[in-house]
Amino acid sequence: MSVDKATVKRVAHLARIAVTEEDAERMTGELNAILGFVEQLNEVDVSGVEPMTSVTPMAMRKREDIVTDGNKAADIVANAPATDENFFLVPKVVE
Amino acid sequence: MSDLTKLTISEAREKLRSKDISSVELTDAYLGAIDAANQTFNAYVAVTHDKARDMAKASDYKLANGEGGALEGIPLGIKDLFGTEGVHTQACSHVLDGFKPRYESTVTANLWADGAVMLGKLNMDEFAMGSSNETSYYGAVVNPWRAGGSNRQLVPGGSSGGSAAAVSSWLCAGATATDTGGSIRQPAAFTGTVGIKPTYGRVSRWGVVAFASSLDQAGPITRDVRDAAIMLKSMASVDPKDTTSVDLPVPDYEAAIGRPIKGMKVGIPKEYRVDGMPEEIEVLWQKGIAWLKDAGAEIVDISLPHTKYALPAYYIVAPAEASSNLARYDGVRYGLRVPGKDITDMYEQTRAAGFGREVKRRIMIGTYVLSAGYYDAYYLQAQKVRTLIKKDFEDVFAAGVDVILTPATPSAAFGIADQDMASDPVKMYLNDIFTVTVNMAGLPGIAVPAGLDAHGLPLGLQLIGRPFDEETLFQTAHVIEQAAGRFEPEKWW
Repeated sequence: MSVDKATVKRVAHLARIAVTEEDAERMTGELNAILGFVEQLNEVDVSGVEPMTSVTPMAMRKREDIVTDGNKAADIVANAPATDENFFLVPKVVE
Repeated sequence: MSDLTKLTISEAREKLRSKDISSVELTDAYLGAIDAANQTFNAYVAVTHDKARDMAKASDYKLANGEGGALEGIPLGIKDLFGTEGVHTQACSHVLDGFKPRYESTVTANLWADGAVMLGKLNMDEFAMGSSNETSYYGAVVNPWRAGGSNRQLVPGGSSGGSAAAVSSWLCAGATATDTGGSIRQPAAFTGTVGIKPTYGRVSRWGVVAFASSLDQAGPITRDVRDAAIMLKSMASVDPKDTTSVDLPVPDYEAAIGRPIKGMKVGIPKEYRVDGMPEEIEVLWQKGIAWLKDAGAEIVDISLPHTKYALPAYYIVAPAEASSNLARYDGVRYGLRVPGKDITDMYEQTRAAGFGREVKRRIMIGTYVLSAGYYDAYYLQAQKVRTLIKKDFEDVFAAGVDVILTPATPSAAFGIADQDMASDPVKMYLNDIFTVTVNMAGLPGIAVPAGLDAHGLPLGLQLIGRPFDEETLFQTAHVIEQAAGRFEPEKWW
């Protein structure tokens, strides 16, 4: 399988990365090189093989359903580029 | 007393406990070395002078009272991937500009609890994506090793290139590092240092910036095997905050050093003899085999038939997980924001400006292989192949093999801005050909220096162990270290 420039632009939008025509051109070549490299996986017979979900045979540990954290809104927004009274500020979403 | 920086962790520990030296002296020696040489190597992206001195003073107080933890007063460098409270933590990315966490990663918290002193944050490939430390927003790191008779700057490997360069150029006593496909072991091999990637689940990932969560694991880079054992003991823990942390007690790894390996079964996988591998790597491998045989180990030929599929499967699984993990960098919650005409444009402009080329490439691959219609063909296929890779190892261990010996890398360190590597991303990815299988199977692996190539550059061997059997790795790596000796760069800076 290989990708064309239109697909690269669509994927870039899905990934929320702005690309120029020039970027898309270059990325098309790079992505096709990588996709060509991983193509060899198709020669492996995987019939009856379960996909791996965890390298260690363990049930995911769950914590008790109790409140262990909270009341630190100021810490959570401390690194945000724009805030107002412990809220994140973003460009207008709803008209 | 510039010689203080040449002490190993175990040597410094003795001198601190016997009060031959103080932690303040030792820490000042390192800070002086960093101030003098960091411009040359670019190993540190942030140096925490005041914090280091405060921590050293506190350690000296404890040591004076005969108290203190396993690493009391030992100055360490911390890879920029570990969250350190109030201190630069950016995974060496532009997108995390100015980020100073309000929390401390479990690994670093464990180290400070054991008395270690923080010297600063170490350079790395952006989000740990790279094998040469050239994808860092802060620029390339220079390897303290140079080929004989040459001034050409070489890479220290990656992604933990700052960690490896700082340890080998005596800018810290030891360093934390992380390994998703070889990022501890490959730079260790390129710099003549020791690096261990523990079993998945041994070291908490909590507070470490995530790259590929099913593969990421932290470990130390140090000057010798004993130091790696000492540091891993402090880094490892059972952590309720990481749901993949495994509930097993942390053994005293140092106690494994010096145990005889007589009768141990060492597997030599034929699939690691790859096309185009330089003759000197093969020679080094044979030397390693001979050393272990001389020490009484039984050498057995083994087969790991799916080895060649580990790297292509990795380049589906790791980017897929990365594309998901890196979705959080949106210009809203932390770091960089580039304004746009609406919120979507703001996201797209922020991520376009904030991520470097390699990171974008991997997010794109990940997004593509997870997108509608391609999931089964790529991601599911890769995860099935991963099951087979793990089964290869399980079969070999079930047949009685205790440890597997392989080369650590297919070559010695290459030049900064190497044209071959820069023009073909797949060529750069091949650096991890011997290390990536270990991450795919979640096993522990250690790189130990074993010799020099024809140009006088260090080469390493890798040992792969059973899950949670890091002790056998330390035990066996120490035998190699005893036979090979230790390797230090000639000081030209």
